[in-house]
Amino acid sequence: MAFQILLNIALAFLWMFIKVSYDPVSFIRGYLFGLLIIFVLRRFFHSRFYLYRVWSMISLVLLFFKELVLSNWSVVKLVIRPKLNIRPGIFAYETNLTEDWQITILSNLITLTPGTLVLDVSDDNKTLYIHTIDIDDVDDAVSSIKNSFEKAIMEVSR
Amino acid sequence: MNAIIEFLIGFFILVGALLSLVAAFGVIRLPDVYTRNHAASKSATLGVMCILLGAFLYFYHLEGHFNSRLILGFVFLFMTSPVAGHLISRAAYHSGVPLWNKSVRDDLKRDMKKASAGNKDDLKKNNKKKALVSK
Repeated sequence: MAFQILLNIALAFLWMFIKVSYDPVSFIRGYLFGLLIIFVLRRFFHSRFYLYRVWSMISLVLLFFKELVLSNWSVVKLVIRPKLNIRPGIFAYETNLTEDWQITILSNLITLTPGTLVLDVSDDNKTLYIHTIDIDDVDDAVSSIKNSFEKAIMEVSR
Repeated sequence: MNAIIEFLIGFFILVGALLSLVAAFGVIRLPDVYTRNHAASKSATLGVMCILLGAFLYFYHLEGHFNSRLILGFVFLFMTSPVAGHLISRAAYHSGVPLWNKSVRDDLKRDMKKASAGNKDDLKKNNKKKALVSK
């Protein structure tokens, strides 16, 4: 992906040299033409066309914000409620992610999810220990982590 | 348009202050370190982020001043506060702070016991080997 972006910038500079005009507008124009060229030649690269990956990163950031707002709403409900009928606990969550940065992002996302907080990561990077406020909806939490977060992170690294 | 932006500024500042208040209430009300950490690490984050966003919009709208430091503060806060919450609760757990007495499940304790038992077995084996070698 980094190679494709560098190539695109180089093509933009090439465009600036061809037009003999060195302002940001012609850089952007050259960048767009370069994008088109890279899209046409996408089958010669090893990785996917890089805009897909940029898009999945943007959707991951949006997911972060959505989870942050939802978790705040649940904390507000929990604190305002007159009676504290919560059942906290710690459960182990097996993850399929392998890279360090993926696990970091996953644990940040889990910490921002409603009602869960990462306590520890096992030494072999396979299990996350998650403290949850309500143990009753563990299965719910696990499936939502599996289906939305892990998928989104895999999508970025594909 | 003006009215909308002014409404948004007021909304962000008020919501941020309210969330910070809720975080403070949560820290007082909830029973143990871990549940308190839930309130502190989530509500305080979004609260401060909303206040920063409101301040940014205010200066941009009224004075035409684009303050990128507020945006940077926003991003840094967003990246660091979940890590801080994780580290505090992890340090608490490993220094032996107990869970609330109504907590129901503790997988970490179970797995840590298993791991330490495994280590002990390894040690015994190694000692036996050493004993054999020295003989």
